[in-house]
Amino acid sequence: MIWNALLLALREIRRNLMRSFLTILGIVIGVSAVITMVTLGNGATQAVSDQIASLGSNLLIIRPGQHLGPGRDSAGAAQFKVADVEALRNQVSGLAAVVPVSSKSVTLVAMSRNWSSGVTGTSRDWFATGKWQIAGGRIFNEAEERAGAAVCVIGDTIRRELFGGQDPVGQQIRVKQFSCEVIGLLASKGQSTMGNDQDDLVVMPLRTVQRRLTGSVDVATLMVSVRDDASMDTAKEQVTWLMRERRHIGLGDNDDFAVMDTRQIAETLSGTTKVMTGLLGAVAAVSLLVGGIGIMNIMLVSVTERTREIGIRLAIGALEREVLLQFLIEAVALASLGGIVGIVLATLASIGGAALMHVPYLFNPGINLLSFGFSAAIGVLFGYVPARRAARLDPIEALRHE
Amino acid sequence: MSEPLIVLTGVTRSFGSGAAAFQALRGVDLEIEEGDFVAIMGPSGSGKSSLMNILGCLDTPTGGSYRFRGLAVESLNRDQRAMLRRHALGFVFQGFNLLARTSAQENVELPLLYRGEPVARRHELARAALASVGLSGWEHHTPAELSGGQQQRVAIARALVTGPSLLLADEPTGNLDTERSREIMDLLAGLNRDQGITVLMVTHEPDMAEYAHRIVRLVDGRIASDTRKAASPAEEGAQ
Repeated sequence: MIWNALLLALREIRRNLMRSFLTILGIVIGVSAVITMVTLGNGATQAVSDQIASLGSNLLIIRPGQHLGPGRDSAGAAQFKVADVEALRNQVSGLAAVVPVSSKSVTLVAMSRNWSSGVTGTSRDWFATGKWQIAGGRIFNEAEERAGAAVCVIGDTIRRELFGGQDPVGQQIRVKQFSCEVIGLLASKGQSTMGNDQDDLVVMPLRTVQRRLTGSVDVATLMVSVRDDASMDTAKEQVTWLMRERRHIGLGDNDDFAVMDTRQIAETLSGTTKVMTGLLGAVAAVSLLVGGIGIMNIMLVSVTERTREIGIRLAIGALEREVLLQFLIEAVALASLGGIVGIVLATLASIGGAALMHVPYLFNPGINLLSFGFSAAIGVLFGYVPARRAARLDPIEALRHE
Repeated sequence: MSEPLIVLTGVTRSFGSGAAAFQALRGVDLEIEEGDFVAIMGPSGSGKSSLMNILGCLDTPTGGSYRFRGLAVESLNRDQRAMLRRHALGFVFQGFNLLARTSAQENVELPLLYRGEPVARRHELARAALASVGLSGWEHHTPAELSGGQQQRVAIARALVTGPSLLLADEPTGNLDTERSREIMDLLAGLNRDQGITVLMVTHEPDMAEYAHRIVRLVDGRIASDTRKAASPAEEGAQ
């Protein structure tokens, strides 16, 4: 009986191909939107985690202010000093490197081209800590670092924008009122998941940036890498106590700086993308409901159109539940068909979207199954009322219907 | 023979209620024996259709009792009546009432589908039923591709395919010309004679009623006359 009803439903769908297509469009859009949103959201979350994990699990990032990330401003809290770097190096055990970072946005000029970018002032340890590779030339040496020499290592984007096909090593770049020599080229890291170009940067010794660009001895961020054999938690605790002491924070007062480890940062960022995924998914789910209403509408029209057919079926001995089942299965078949088309569409959209957004495409069987199940459930839910109307028809009236 | 196939006792059927109530049947007593061929005649509004609907178990009487093979139909619920229709009754309508855009074969198979017959048996029975009404070779034509007479034959095949004990025909020739009508009536008379199927037919054409063995006339919801015709040997021979 169910098999026959299914065959009948498929035939009925094929007979009104255009109408069926338009009817399931709502479900198709709903299902594909839900799956695409969730898949891309998961991909983005994964990418953020991957990227942060690629920095290593042994990195602490210290910033002024109470939180890293959006929502809380670090304004008001004092910046760090170079002396803090020394203190951390000397007084906290188990650290591999303490790297100061100060950045400044500038316009770079070279070969009569210009490009807006950021200059990062830091120490030589920055390259190893950030897992950067050198594609050409060298990084600055200790003497240059100490002297604040006008030398720089540039990212691949800078090379492309300012030097085109030429070898940049040995060339000069004008930064504000001074010229610096390009001594090295960083290997490309590509675009980050947050959409920013990681290769769009110029790295100089911290001292050079402080003297020539920011004009202060402040350090904006401290990156601390912990030795593999040392405990992260201990290091984090020691760093926190030392910084509290150096910044004269009273016993009961809150920190005016934040020490984050990479795991925490990953959690914070992926938490944000998860919330976004959830919200987008919810919006998409609403369109599934709208699709269900469309199915109900068409099924009601179909029942009215086929009143005579229902009358014939009832007259020759169809039971109420058999007619109900027939129309219910038709609604479920429509909705499921929408689900299947939606899944196919979502897969294509997710793969394309993932490529565009530079996030990995993660096939998520759970959300695919869930969406399919949900669309079938919508068929049952919104198909029931029309099906019951069909089943309850009076055969005499139905046969008289024109 | 023990109890007749159909026994109606004081059957009434009214529509609406109160002052606006309309009495379609005002107490009908009728007995129909198995194997009979009965024509029900009467002017419009005489209650023919109401009687037919009750006899066909599509409707239940307001008052009185209807026993089909000793079974009290008025006490059956909707699904039980559907089961009775499925297993014991066959319907032929004035307007044919075939499923559009569905082949003759599938139309005939429809009642078998609800009986849960397997596919192979459905095909076999439907083909045989179509052959018995002279439509071999037309199995895959849809109603739109068939003439009125052919459509009515498909409808008769559909009514016959389950081997019913009672065939109810509501103005079966109402939409057909005289020649086609005669063909259909010959077919019904043949089924009655050769297969012993009880045929109950509503008609307002005296020519068609002539085919029946018994003519019941309804006027204003009551039986006005009930005449049995002696089967003439000439007619038997002509078939």
